[in-house]
Amino acid sequence: MKKVLYRHLFSKVLGLSLLFFSVSIFAQEEAAEASGGDAAKGKQLFNQNCAACHSLDRKMTGPALANVEARLLEDEGLDKEWLYTWIKNSPGMIKSGDSYANKIYAEYNQAAMTAFPTLSNQDIDDILAYTAAPPKTAVKGPEGPETPLTPSEPGISNELILGALALVFGLLVIMLLLVNKTLRRIAEANGVVLEKEKAEKRIPIWKAFAQNQFLVLVTAIFLLLASGYFAYGWMMQVGVDQGYAPVQPIHYSHKIHAGDNKIECKYCHSSARVSKHSGIPSLNVCMNCHKSIYEYKGNPEGPSAEDLANGYTNEFYTGEIRKLYKAVGWDEENQQYTGETQPVEWVRVHNLPDFAYFNHSQHVSVAGIECQTCHGPVEEMEIMEQFAPLTMGWCINCHRETNVKMEGNEYYEAIHAELSKKYEVEELTAAMMGGLECGKCHY
Amino acid sequence: MASNKKYWKSEAELNPNDSIVETLRQNEFSEEIPVDEFLGDKENLSASTTNRRDFLKYVGFSTAAATVAACEGPVHKSIPYVVQPDTIVPGVANYYATTIADGFDFASILVKTREGRPIKIENNTDAKVNGSANARVQASVLTLYDSKRVQGPMANGEPIEWKVLDATVRAKLGSLKGSNRQIALLTQTYASPSTEKLIAEFKAEFGDNVNHVTYDAISEDAALNAFNAAYGERALVDYDFEKADVIVSFGADFLGDWQGGGYDGGYAKGRVPKNGKMSKHIHLESNMSLSGANADKRYPMTAAQQKIALAKLYGKLNGTNVGGGTSDVDEAVDKIAAEIRKAGSKAVVVTGLNDVNAQTVVLAINKLLSSEAFDTENPKYVRQGDVAKVNKLVSDMNSGRVGALIIDGVNPVYSLPNAEDFVAGLEKVDVSVSFAFNNDETAQSVGYVAAASHYLESWGDAQLKKGQYSLMQPAIRELFDTRQFQSALLTWMGSDKTYYEYIKENWDTAILQGSDWNQALQDGVFVASASAEVAEEPVAAPVEAEEEQWEIAPIASSIRALVGATSQGTELVLYSKVGMGDGRQANNPWLQEFPDPISRASWDNYVTVSKADAEKLGLKNHNVANGGLNGSYVKLTVDGTVLENVPVIIQPGQANGTVGLSFGYGKQAGMQEELATGVNAYTLYKNFSDVQSVSIEKTAGEHEFACVQLHNTLMGRGDIIKETTLEIFNTKDHHEWNHMPQVTLNHQEIPVTSPDADLWEEFDRSIGHHFNLSIDLNACTGCGACVIACHAENNVPVVGKQEVRKSRDMHWLRIDRYYSSEDTFEQDDEKKESMDGLWGDNGSLGGFGEMEDPSVNPQVAFQPVMCQHCNHAPCETVCPVAATSHGRQGQNQMAYNRCVGTRYCANNCPYKVRRFNWFLYADNDEFDFNMNNDLGKMVINPDVNVRSRGVMEKCSMCIQMTQKTILDAKREGRVIKDGEFQTACSAACSSGAMVFGDINDKESKVAELKEDDRMYHLLEHVGTKPNVFYHVKVRNTNEA
Repeated sequence: MKKVLYRHLFSKVLGLSLLFFSVSIFAQEEAAEASGGDAAKGKQLFNQNCAACHSLDRKMTGPALANVEARLLEDEGLDKEWLYTWIKNSPGMIKSGDSYANKIYAEYNQAAMTAFPTLSNQDIDDILAYTAAPPKTAVKGPEGPETPLTPSEPGISNELILGALALVFGLLVIMLLLVNKTLRRIAEANGVVLEKEKAEKRIPIWKAFAQNQFLVLVTAIFLLLASGYFAYGWMMQVGVDQGYAPVQPIHYSHKIHAGDNKIECKYCHSSARVSKHSGIPSLNVCMNCHKSIYEYKGNPEGPSAEDLANGYTNEFYTGEIRKLYKAVGWDEENQQYTGETQPVEWVRVHNLPDFAYFNHSQHVSVAGIECQTCHGPVEEMEIMEQFAPLTMGWCINCHRETNVKMEGNEYYEAIHAELSKKYEVEELTAAMMGGLECGKCHY
Repeated sequence: MASNKKYWKSEAELNPNDSIVETLRQNEFSEEIPVDEFLGDKENLSASTTNRRDFLKYVGFSTAAATVAACEGPVHKSIPYVVQPDTIVPGVANYYATTIADGFDFASILVKTREGRPIKIENNTDAKVNGSANARVQASVLTLYDSKRVQGPMANGEPIEWKVLDATVRAKLGSLKGSNRQIALLTQTYASPSTEKLIAEFKAEFGDNVNHVTYDAISEDAALNAFNAAYGERALVDYDFEKADVIVSFGADFLGDWQGGGYDGGYAKGRVPKNGKMSKHIHLESNMSLSGANADKRYPMTAAQQKIALAKLYGKLNGTNVGGGTSDVDEAVDKIAAEIRKAGSKAVVVTGLNDVNAQTVVLAINKLLSSEAFDTENPKYVRQGDVAKVNKLVSDMNSGRVGALIIDGVNPVYSLPNAEDFVAGLEKVDVSVSFAFNNDETAQSVGYVAAASHYLESWGDAQLKKGQYSLMQPAIRELFDTRQFQSALLTWMGSDKTYYEYIKENWDTAILQGSDWNQALQDGVFVASASAEVAEEPVAAPVEAEEEQWEIAPIASSIRALVGATSQGTELVLYSKVGMGDGRQANNPWLQEFPDPISRASWDNYVTVSKADAEKLGLKNHNVANGGLNGSYVKLTVDGTVLENVPVIIQPGQANGTVGLSFGYGKQAGMQEELATGVNAYTLYKNFSDVQSVSIEKTAGEHEFACVQLHNTLMGRGDIIKETTLEIFNTKDHHEWNHMPQVTLNHQEIPVTSPDADLWEEFDRSIGHHFNLSIDLNACTGCGACVIACHAENNVPVVGKQEVRKSRDMHWLRIDRYYSSEDTFEQDDEKKESMDGLWGDNGSLGGFGEMEDPSVNPQVAFQPVMCQHCNHAPCETVCPVAATSHGRQGQNQMAYNRCVGTRYCANNCPYKVRRFNWFLYADNDEFDFNMNNDLGKMVINPDVNVRSRGVMEKCSMCIQMTQKTILDAKREGRVIKDGEFQTACSAACSSGAMVFGDINDKESKVAELKEDDRMYHLLEHVGTKPNVFYHVKVRNTNEA
């Protein structure tokens, strides 16, 4: 809704300004060039249309575009008209034999720039205005260094409060001791004899306990049961790696990808839809985005505040992207693959034993279960960890409780009709479908 | 009780004055133990900081550490692709259509690959000819991962670069160009239009001195020559046994490897009784072959007798007197002639006699009958070997007329009967190159070894039958630095084309007639329409044109020659086993462990001898205490060539006066030691004749066989393999020939399947799927493709000869073979029924003893047995840990990780189908087969567990396959169609004997088969209610 409104507003502004300019369109032509466009609008247009291949200060698929207008004018003597034509129809220009167009085309591996016939001259002006002088994010700049302080403040205040409390508590203890001492002194002064010997006459409690056979028996049984309980509990977690969060060769943050940027799990783990394996994405999948996302620009105000607070800096993340480039053999300078690859040896987090057969597509595609059901809040995990115990009991419980999603699936029609009649239920659990049979997972 | 016995260690001890004895008595150890050296060094001892207590501490600590460490899971690495190929999804299998054409086996097949690794061979059901994989083709995927492969080109045993080899060969070829010394190509049969064209171009490039010799290790020369004389083309007649009502075979094992095989599908279709009719199969042969075992009437005869019978049959059918007087085959011939006359054009006669006269007469008979099953219009090209040219080449080599010799796909030093001549000739060849897969005998004799690619790494094409084309495409990149012969030829001809481009070009211009190449490649097969066949003719023509015109005697002289056939002494009949073929895959442990369908012995070849001959020669077979079969050794002498220490198996049905020996064994070079088994029968293959006159001599010692079936007869237990004759089947009610066992309840007989006779409450299986496997004993030929398919699909381990001998074979699926003790199984039943008391003529004590011996010419029956998946399974009730349990879908499930190995289930199984892992068979040097090396492990199916030591395993009814089918349907939201459910065995079965499916789907084939009158369960009276059922075997004993 917001976007639509904004666009509406945008076109109104555009319309108004066009109206304004059209009055003196001929006389003002040169002036318009000089006055340029709106850098803020330009930024949006740039991000929508250009950012996949261009950056301001860096060579990517296409050249860096900072100050492109001035640069072209100075170095090549090309005016804005040239740029208009180029942006709107670059392949045409290459064909027409324009020398600089062909030079650029050759320089960038003969990858022709997409033609943008829909951009108006004004749009291009806006973009150029942005490339000439990007609206300063510096407005937020000064706030930047402050932000880390904000979360640290409650930390300090908490400590203060705790310290004060401890002080108060200490004072109380001292006061109590003093009062006690004074009272004793008063008592002594008054000749009151404090009865200490009485306690010594009593049978020590442990002796009394030892003499009471019933109590001993009960305690022994209790201790045995308790130790049995804990021993069992301890032994049952042998081989269960819940919470296993190994250090990976590349610090890949699911939080940033699936959480902050809301990338669908199955965009990268695509084989989960059709295969037993969810699959660790191959590096070419990473490069779909990371070809143009070459650095991490965490917004300390936004969702990355938490990461920054945890000590993960923008430089750190950018360094991890460099590791990806190294592994996949991506030469950032020349924007091309070198062919020297180094497959990444990820540490597997979820290890099902070989004798258990698990099929992702069965659960993801057929049953429509959310990934988070078994993998937990992955979108919040900075470091991926094993959420579920992955024990057989855990599987079985879910199969007992979960109803099978059968609507609209022709396969289930007959089975559902017959089975629901047999069990006299409307919805069938996986267990009723035979999901508890040994051979369904062990073969 | 003190003993006064004196034990002495050596002879020297007997001499009391011997000084050595005295010295030895004084010194316990022959060499002094250097104790002082260590303990005497006080300095060293005191300097050492480790004292006894420390040592104990370390021991204690390391034990504790090991214990704690065991609680921690190991770290698993997971390495994804850098760039994932878009056709590969990890965990999802891809199938590619390809073709095996290795010179012996020709078939259009599908290859199943997982993560880019070929792991299984499946039948290509689109193919009209040879679309089914036999046991060897099924196993060929493991040969790809042979650890003994040649991994790169070699010169004199040293590794070299391909470019060195290329340079050498090109230089030599260049110098020979236009000279009078030969450039010889000695190759396998390719049946490949593109290879033929390429070789023709090679000839054009290097001149007329290029001599292409095609060589089949096991020759079909006579059949090719006979066909050539009659029809002007070196090819083989194609037979469609489905169309035949009467099949008469003179020694042709057409269910085995006769003329390239592939006939079992059509044969089996005609063998299933339909509308009261089935084909009748009459077989005359010396050895007991697979075809003979399936025959309705089998006559054991020597090769000479077969020839006489064939000639007389021709005479009878033609109404002429062929002479030959009276002989002992007359009666048989009369009967056969009557059958054939009755069937008319619905009869077909085939022969496996490697004799041009016999082959000519057979062609004449079929033509005379105008047999419908006889197709000379579109012949087969799967054998093209030319004995005369091979012999010529060997003599040319020896006379120094060959300058360069390039060998591909054959191993002549191993398989030529005159191998010594060949080796001697090789010395006179300047440059000899062998495209070798293993460092075999030939590779070790030639100058250069060109490492050959496996067919799953190669491009290729084949024309198996005229107009029926098939494409070969690689399913994996070359594992090693190997190259296929055709690519090398292209390189040596100076072409920059790849063989792929060459084939594509050839297909686009000459074969496809405008059809889509990609479509043909996807299908793997292409059928040319009639016009293309004419266009194709010139390609085959050059081969024919340069053929020396073979002198074919007219029929009359052929007949005369046949009638005059005599055998001198004992005939040795050489044959090939379905498991080993010509021996090119001898280094394949699956095939070595595959039990021969007839003898049921694995890991060996042996001489098969008839009982009468064995008694004459004093040869014995007996079982020793651990159950293993032992047999005598003999020495075979053929024309001066001696084969020592050949073990003997007494073979029921072996014609008296003949012995059999199979090819393919006795390979030594390039083999893993454990797999170098048997003796080399090729040394006796004189003049490429499979019948030789032999003298047999018993030698000392006993051979230990690994035979998986020790009891050979059914003992009159007619309810295990139910049989009837076509006459009874057609005329009587099925209760008579397929009797349901009865039990008595309240003094009344009720069927054993009645719910009243049951201890258990029946589980309602009418909902969802209920899997059943149907096995038609009429269609099953016993070929064993299912055994290997099961091996591959389910990661069944190979256990080795010694373990098989101890009955520890792990095959989940076995094919039992039974002989009748009387002439027929029916007579066995009668004999058992008529037994009376313990003693006397009809006494059971003597009677049963007699029934243990198979008849001289027994009836044979095959029965595949795997886990029967009993609904009331005896194994499930006795498992103390509930490791085996039943599923709703009817599968008896086995949870390996739950099994503690009590083996109680196996003891309680009436079918004896459970297999126990006595050892860890993977990653164990004691079992150095494919699961013990990284290469061989690539064949493992990732969807099935590799079982560990101490657990029970058995057929799972391929639950991984049924589950996958169900999941695919669920994902696509559709109902499963009949035929989608398959098991490895049913998918591999080319004869249609095994049908798998869901009996709750009332429209399905298996549901229909279950309602059939012939349906019965194995050991029905036990009341196990199996989900595997059989169909009563019907024998066509109707006389004309």
